Amino acid sequence: MAQVRIPTPLRKYTGGAEAVQADGATVAALVADLDKRHPGIRERICDESGAVRRFVNIFVNGEDIRFLQNLDTVVKAGDEVSVVPAIAGGR
Amino acid sequence: MPPAAPVEQSRTQPPGGLLAVRSIVDLIGNTPMVELRAVRDGVPEGVRLFAKLEGFNPGGSVKDRPAKRMIEQGIADGKLVAGKTILDSTSGNTGIGLAMVGAALGYPVKLVMPENVSVERKKVIGAYGAEIVYSDPMEGSDGAIRLCRKILADDPERYFKPDQYNNPANPLAHYEGTGPEIWAQTEGRITHFVAAIGTSGTIMGTGRYLKERSRAIQVIAAEPEDAFHGLEGLKHMASSIVPGIYHENELDQKLGIGTDDAYNMVYRLGREEGLIVGQSCGAAYVAALQVARTLTQGTIVVIFPDFGDRYLSTNLWLGWQKLP
Repeated sequence: MAQVRIPTPLRKYTGGAEAVQADGATVAALVADLDKRHPGIRERICDESGAVRRFVNIFVNGEDIRFLQNLDTVVKAGDEVSVVPAIAGGR
Repeated sequence: MPPAAPVEQSRTQPPGGLLAVRSIVDLIGNTPMVELRAVRDGVPEGVRLFAKLEGFNPGGSVKDRPAKRMIEQGIADGKLVAGKTILDSTSGNTGIGLAMVGAALGYPVKLVMPENVSVERKKVIGAYGAEIVYSDPMEGSDGAIRLCRKILADDPERYFKPDQYNNPANPLAHYEGTGPEIWAQTEGRITHFVAAIGTSGTIMGTGRYLKERSRAIQVIAAEPEDAFHGLEGLKHMASSIVPGIYHENELDQKLGIGTDDAYNMVYRLGREEGLIVGQSCGAAYVAALQVARTLTQGTIVVIFPDFGDRYLSTNLWLGWQKLP
């Protein structure tokens, strides 16, 4: 199990939880599992083609997956995965 | 460095009749407007679309206006005096404006912003000599607002907080500047005003002025269609701490814009109009086109809050999907 940190706008899918557990050997598998536990969250993170939305950043232990193996990035038990929108909002 | 002379005095020109202003803050406002003629997407010929290019402000964005106005008001009210530090929460452009005006007038500036704002913004703010305090990126701008409140509460006498979300001087900057400029630039022919909402200062102040000139002018806001979005600087009102200066009843319409649509518009504006702008411009222009397609005649003015060079390191340009 990895710990997934959820940004405020997506916490409505996690019952308000800031961090949840999910399972998967890769980020793709982890996001799929996350969606089983919290239905609807995957389509907010990924687009119709399955790619991560352009404005969404995913970090595994603080490393941006776009500089690793993207959705194929390996996730191990105990890793921390963060989903972070690329923006802040409000000027 | 001691605080400079009051702002009113710095508005005067240097002695000797030189064609220059006394301070960089005197160059804020009076931004140009350009007609957009290539990206029209089936808009009827009788409808004209104009973008007011706020990136021409010296700090590079529309936010120079409220930054200057709020600091002027603070000095006038005696709330900002020598020895105090200007403190506020901002995801970027207001921070740049405050840092610039603070530097020009001799006041230290401290800014609270989410850690995930673009690196260009952080560097520009640092270059003006301002101090940055980072808030949790997971909490967005509301997290910065809360952290800023805490810093202020811990040492209230040390700071002057312009508080762009609640300071009437924010919309006033647009009521006194942006609105009259647009009225003059369109020779009173504007029929629709479109702006994206962050603090809402631009649309509130400009809209208020324009409606006073002509009640028929429609004021239309663009906002992210969802709380989870990639439109830096913009607020999805329903899911945010609502700014005190925001009065939704003064809007005629509010359009929700998708991040992908706004990003794609930014790419098109660069290639088809020669305008490299920020994502909030893309969002505002998507909204403007939606409005334009419902008309047969009209003059639409849309605010382009900044240029795009300060977003080159962000997902807008560095997303891992292939650009269209």
